[in-house]
Amino acid sequence: MATVELSSIRKVYPGGVEAVRDVSLVVPNGSFTVLLGPSGCGKSTLLRMIAGLETTTSGECKIGERVVNEVEPADRDIAMVFQNYALYPHMSVYDNMAYGLRNRGTPKAEIDKRVREAASLLAIEDFLSRKPRALSGGQRQRVAMGRAIVREPQVFLFDEPLSNLDAKLRVTMRLEIRRLHNRLNATSIFVTHDQVEAMTLADQVVVMNAGRIEQIGAPGEVYKHPASRFVASFIGAPAMNLMPGKIAEAGIVETPAGRLPYDKNRFHAAGEVEVGIRPEDIHAAGGADGILFTPELAEELGATRLLHGSFGDTPVIIAIPASGTVHEKKEMRLSIDPAAVHLFDKVTGRSLVR
Amino acid sequence: MQKRAIFGSTSLPYLLLLPQLAVVAVFFYWPASQALWQSFLLEDAFGLSSTFVWFENYSELFADSGYYRTMMTTAVFAVMVAGLSLSLALLLAVQADKAIHGAGIYRTLLIWPYAVAPAVAGVLWIFMFQPSLGVVAQGIRSLGIAWNPLLNGNDALILVVLASTWKQISYNFLFFLAGLQSIPRAVIEAAAIDGASGTRRFWTIILPLLSPTVFFLVVVNIVYVFFDTFGIIDAMTQGGPSKATETLVYKVFFDGRLGGNLGSSAAQSVILMILVVGLTAIQFRFIERRVAY
Repeated sequence: MATVELSSIRKVYPGGVEAVRDVSLVVPNGSFTVLLGPSGCGKSTLLRMIAGLETTTSGECKIGERVVNEVEPADRDIAMVFQNYALYPHMSVYDNMAYGLRNRGTPKAEIDKRVREAASLLAIEDFLSRKPRALSGGQRQRVAMGRAIVREPQVFLFDEPLSNLDAKLRVTMRLEIRRLHNRLNATSIFVTHDQVEAMTLADQVVVMNAGRIEQIGAPGEVYKHPASRFVASFIGAPAMNLMPGKIAEAGIVETPAGRLPYDKNRFHAAGEVEVGIRPEDIHAAGGADGILFTPELAEELGATRLLHGSFGDTPVIIAIPASGTVHEKKEMRLSIDPAAVHLFDKVTGRSLVR
Repeated sequence: MQKRAIFGSTSLPYLLLLPQLAVVAVFFYWPASQALWQSFLLEDAFGLSSTFVWFENYSELFADSGYYRTMMTTAVFAVMVAGLSLSLALLLAVQADKAIHGAGIYRTLLIWPYAVAPAVAGVLWIFMFQPSLGVVAQGIRSLGIAWNPLLNGNDALILVVLASTWKQISYNFLFFLAGLQSIPRAVIEAAAIDGASGTRRFWTIILPLLSPTVFFLVVVNIVYVFFDTFGIIDAMTQGGPSKATETLVYKVFFDGRLGGNLGSSAAQSVILMILVVGLTAIQFRFIERRVAY
């Protein structure tokens, strides 16, 4: 168990591509931290630098009390679960799990005890003598996790471990990983591009874009108070509606949807801004007042219904409860809670929160 | 899913197979059966008549101590060339796999020797090691080591082993490199995190995953040393001095072509064929089991 501390980490590949730019991050002891971002945002590179599989161009990486920049991956006391499992194809499941312990000269009896414990924890006891190729994707993923667990490392690193699994298995494994984390209580760092995975697994979400950290926060925090336009549009499905706006007076913003009130105690804005409203924060208005909206297309999701339409020229998606019927092309009146209006700087994209 | 064509009659498929079968029959079965037939015949000194002598050619061979000596030479030669060319090629491939800069140039240079004809390779090496003219030979002699592959049998054997190895390294290198590059990087990274040092990673992860390639190359190299080194030996030593570098395939040529003893030569080639087929069968039977595909 250890805290992972990154300060001003940079990674520049030969050829000049800057994959990670000045990242500072603290992963508290025992936390489950998820690095979230689109592909190419540098999240995997960052994880691989923590693992020691990539060199750090500059900055400092600390695991526990130790600066590990120059420490070999084997000596960092970490374990990693790879996207494509990376099991040793020529070894049995048992040997796959025992390999790391054997390399460290752990006594045979101890190895056997730990492997069997991990196997029973992951419900793979029946496959110990099998080769990885005789296992299904989910079972292979369990073996990969078992291989990490038996080492009892200070930090677990997960590099998109669920993206090769089918949708249903992904949900089950997601829960299992979280359960396992609660049980082992080790520090975990998990990389994913799937925001649902991030939201459900994390204590702390680190949203990354173009090699930089956009926001660090609890899942709810990141969702409710996005620190930038990027976070706002990346987190939440469907994405937050974004439209241009202009501050008319303190507390009122002029948008294609008309004049919208916002919380002037939260946002400090003037002039041209970018207005963000989550689809689920737009409601059907009771009466004839409200914003005029013409749905063009309805998507039924069971409990909710997504309506695609527009405010003036700006395309908008709204999410409403799926009760009753909606007629496409039939105008409706909508209302927006002032507390649900987010304002972002038009140029930098940062939230204009005070 | 298997693709199957359905033919209306039985004659069409046979007709389509005919060209291939003809090629195999004319260029493989016919000469092979000729050799087999020839090995039972004894020719007179002028090659005008031949008599059927059953296994006399064979029994004469097995009574000849020179034949056993050739077998011994071949065995030494085979083990050394196959062993050296495989291990050196693997070493080079592992290093080339690590190269980041100029990997293409490195690879091209290493593959080059394969494009050199065996006879040319032989001449090249004999020039370098020729006792009175050779550049390398003079260097060796200046170190005070007696070196004369033209007179000393061991020196000659070392020389043909070196040349044959040099010639085969490229081929082995190419396959090893391809094999190494097909090993998933993540598996090696996982082993690195699992605390395996570089050498331990090589023996416990890389080599087992490379074993199909190793197995294939062992089979191919055995065939190479038994048959394809003929050109090099012929160009360099003609089996000499005093038969110190005479391998089985060279003796087939020497006795049959130069010695005119067609019956014995044919018998030798039949034995050689059986030997190589046997060796290959043994490899498939016993080594293949240890291969992790």
